Parts: sequence; C-alpha cells; structure tokens
Amino acid sequence: MTSTAVIDGQHPSLHAHAHETVAAGTTHAKGQQHPIKLYLVVWGWLFVLSTCSYLVDYFGLHGYLRWSLILLFMVLKAGLIVAVFMHMAWERLALAYAILLPPVAVLIFVAIMVFESEYTHLIRVLFFAAPT
Amino acid sequence: MAETALTNPGESPARAAGWQGIADDWSSDQRAFKNVSWGKAMMWIFLLSDTFIFSCFLLSYMTARMSTTVPWPNPSEVFALQIAGHHIPLILIAIMTFILISSSGTMAMAVNFGYRRDRTKTAILMLLTAALGATFVGMQAFEWTKLIMEGVRPWENPWGAAQFGSSFFMITGFHGTHVTIGVIFLIVIARKVWRGDFDVERRGFFTSRKGNYEVVEIMGLYWHFVDLVWVFIFAFFYLW
Repeated sequence: MTSTAVIDGQHPSLHAHAHETVAAGTTHAKGQQHPIKLYLVVWGWLFVLSTCSYLVDYFGLHGYLRWSLILLFMVLKAGLIVAVFMHMAWERLALAYAILLPPVAVLIFVAIMVFESEYTHLIRVLFFAAPT
Repeated sequence: MAETALTNPGESPARAAGWQGIADDWSSDQRAFKNVSWGKAMMWIFLLSDTFIFSCFLLSYMTARMSTTVPWPNPSEVFALQIAGHHIPLILIAIMTFILISSSGTMAMAVNFGYRRDRTKTAILMLLTAALGATFVGMQAFEWTKLIMEGVRPWENPWGAAQFGSSFFMITGFHGTHVTIGVIFLIVIARKVWRGDFDVERRGFFTSRKGNYEVVEIMGLYWHFVDLVWVFIFAFFYLW
C-alpha cells in the first residue's frame, strides 16, 4: 500500500486535502501529504493556547478556575500536536487506539496515588507536626 | 501440492473503517498496522513507553507535592525574571514554550517538504528545528544555573518543600536530555537529506536498509513528542 492514509481515509472531509495536494501538482508524492497552510494554522493555534495558559498565571487566577483552565489548554495543545503534527488523525484506528488507549490507564495510577498521598499527608499531620 | 496459496498481485480490497476495521486489522493473522511501516510503528511504540516514563515522573512529583506538610514553593515567583526593571512572572518558561512550539512547527513543515522530495527546504527546516531545540536547551541551562546559584538543591531550597528541587531537576533534566538527543538526531538526518541519501535510496551505514523520506517523518514523531511532554510539564510543574 503506497497510497496514503489521506487517499483511502475514512473521513469524507479529509478528501479535500487530497484534492488540494493533487491540485498542487504533487500527485507522485507518497506518505502523509497535507497543505502547508494546515500546519501554519495549527502552529498559530498552539501559540494562542500557550499565551492563554501563560495569562492564567500572569493574572494570578486561583482555585478550580485556574486548574480547569490549565487542563483545558493543555489537553487542546496536546490534541493538536498528536492529531495534526504527528498525523494521528490520518492513521488507521488500529494504530491510533493501540497507542492512545494505554496512557488512559495512567489515570487509574493517578487515582491510586491521590489516595496514597492523602493518607501520607494525614499521617504526617497527625504524628509529625512541628511541636508548637 | 497442486494447489498453491493465492498471492494478491494487485490492489488489496478496501479496508473497513471504525470498530470493524480495528477487529479486522488485529485479527487478520498478519500485521496489525496495515499501512504503517515497521519503523514508524516502532517509533510510536517507543514513544508510548516513554509516555509511561514521564507519567511516572509527573506522578511522583504529584505524590510528593500532595503529601508534604511544608508549603510548596510558588513556581510563578521562582521562575520570574527582572527584565528592563520589570518583574515578570514565569517569563523564561513562557519563552521556552514558544521556542519549542515553533520548533515543532518547522519540523512539521520539514516532513511535508520531505514527502515532496524538496531536499533543500527539508534540510534547512530540520536545521532550523535543531537550532531552536539547542536554544531551548541553552535557556534550560541558564535556568538551572540561576536556580543552583539561588541555593536550590535536590535535597533543599530556600522557599519551602525540599522535594521541589528533586522533582525539578529530575523532570526538566530528563526532558532536556530528550531535547539534546533530538537535536543530535535532527542534525544526523538533516545531513542525510542534504546529501540526497533519500533520493537515491542510499543504504544506511548501520542497518543497510534503503533510506527514504519516511525517516524524516519518524524523526518528526520523536521531536513532536518532546514538545508534547513539555506541554504537560508546563501545565503540571510550572503553572499548577
């Protein structure tokens, strides 16, 4: 299979890219082919999102608003990098799921360690608090 | 042995999408990743394992920060800089973030020009990526120097919980090592592109396999991953 994920891709919207590259006269190229403009747009969005996450700190937001904004911008940036820059959006699902699902298990590890550290913190407060 | 197995000489039939596609790909008793070369599949699997390594670092940092009874140093202040008389919080880290994102942008474009077999533009963009990566490592060295001068050690620091130093040096050190390896890797591949190795399918000196422009994309996967890890470090270590 020398044809690209774009050409035999399952999403109708992706065919638009294939036609654009064909129109650009690169019909003989193989591998991932997308218009340069796509990368520039994603690059711009990554700048905007990074600026937003920096501004969260600059304006000194606190509490759940701060944490949710940080996580939101982080997930959006990570999604753009993986989907477009790393071309995961155009790979077959067999690869995408094999790579993207295992890290979800880390969330269970996070949950375990949250319980563990709350317990440790409690014990430290109870038994090792500085004498006053 | 009159009947031999039929080989498929032409185009293979269209493949199913969605869940049916996943089941078909994985149960076909052949290769699971149909239109991905072994090199690209192995780079993805390596990156998956690297994801677990960085996850463990960030998790140990989370555990240390959640379980300590001593206040955690405020990263916004620790990484602030005095620029032209103004006190700007976290500015160095913000600049480093923009530099790394820009290097990802140039890398993505290098991959694109590689598949168009434009070796001059590919090599120039890769070298630009390497230069941005080296700038990032340089700024990280500056940051480390500044913090060490201020008395941050893996076992103590002037502002609060002692685990701040160990988490900081461990996480950013490992990430910086990845960036450094990436810069070296970029220069090696850029040289091959410049020399036209992938146009004439020159065999690699170590693997003696024919080179092609997919190598640039595999290199790109590693580089984008380094940027990806920084997104998480920026969010959890510097901003949280």
